[in-house]
Amino acid sequence: MRTDDLIAILARDEGAVDRGHSRGRLAFLLAGSILATGLLMALTLGIRSDLASMMRLPMFWVKIAFPTLLALAALEIYWRSAHPGRRLGRAPLGVAIPVVAMASFAMLVLFRADPGNREVLLFGTTWRTCPFNIALLAVPVFVGSLMFMRQLAPTRPRLAGAACGLLAGTTAAVVYALHCPEIGAPFIAVWYLLGMLLPAAIGALVGERLLRW
Amino acid sequence: MTLQNEVHTGTQASTAEERLRPLLLRGLEGDSAAYHAFLKALSALLRAYLRGRLTRMTDEVEDLVQETMLAIHNQRHTYDSTQPLTAWVHAIARYKMIDFIRRRAGREALNTPLDDELAVFAASDHDAGDARRDLAKLLETLPERHRLPIVRVKVEGLSVAEAARATGMSESAVKVGIHRGLKALAALIRSERENR
Repeated sequence: MRTDDLIAILARDEGAVDRGHSRGRLAFLLAGSILATGLLMALTLGIRSDLASMMRLPMFWVKIAFPTLLALAALEIYWRSAHPGRRLGRAPLGVAIPVVAMASFAMLVLFRADPGNREVLLFGTTWRTCPFNIALLAVPVFVGSLMFMRQLAPTRPRLAGAACGLLAGTTAAVVYALHCPEIGAPFIAVWYLLGMLLPAAIGALVGERLLRW
Repeated sequence: MTLQNEVHTGTQASTAEERLRPLLLRGLEGDSAAYHAFLKALSALLRAYLRGRLTRMTDEVEDLVQETMLAIHNQRHTYDSTQPLTAWVHAIARYKMIDFIRRRAGREALNTPLDDELAVFAASDHDAGDARRDLAKLLETLPERHRLPIVRVKVEGLSVAEAARATGMSESAVKVGIHRGLKALAALIRSERENR
């Protein structure tokens, strides 16, 4: 087929393109898959029965705010990586700043704590399961965001895959905070972060394969 | 690159941006003639860009031009009108070229100079060679629900309503068939390349 014939085929009778609805559909999809994450947790891990009293602790809100800020940054990176020619710009700072802030806070807490207390602050009682629980809860958003990304045009598939994973890991961590019993800042800085980075790493690995177009 | 060349490239690119962007925007709103003109100019730019970079694979340049055109068409909803068209086209063309080269890596040594995003809009080449891959043959291998709408509307030039009557499909099925069919065609090209 000659290129001119292809052009004729592509141009003929195309009608208007549905644009500008992508953001809305993404919001809808994310709302749905975060709801699925909540259901998944309620069915597998359960929600804390003492959630109401937990909510009075400032640390609970740190536990919510840290992954929430990262999720917003992940969403921005996701969106930019899905559109050809968009640069990341300062978006990665949105990931770096909360991580550095949380790490500094954790160091401060460790520094000021009783030496005998430091181990508990860092490992809590659930460090073995926390990252894997977060990664498990990341599955719905991970699948949903990958499927949606395939409708868009990622020209850096590995980055786009990592963005899907980070978005999934961070939203999962917010949901997981409703189950998690830990209140140590060092615990959050290490194990939550690991749990969120695990899906991001998996996303980077599968992105090349799944996001080609 | 000398300063003079750079200035020249930049000027050509901004002219192309000014010329092509309104055509694409009108095309996205449903103006077929404008969209046709956009694709026509785009193909010349892509051809020049790829010929300049795939100097040892000139036989395959037209295949890649067509593949990139199809990709740009299928993903045209990702063009954000607040962003420069140059950057959008360049990112897609570069992605398609790297994908193509990667698939051939090991079989041929080549050099791909790094370029800036104005490079696609730097020169035009209207001398359309023939593609080696025959898209018409690939089209024939699509399932009927995709092939029929494309052939009736896109090749034979029937309206969507006429094509719906001729095929016994609903009008929305015809539209969806065209949309999905062109995506399936792009996927076929990819898998064909992987197995080659």
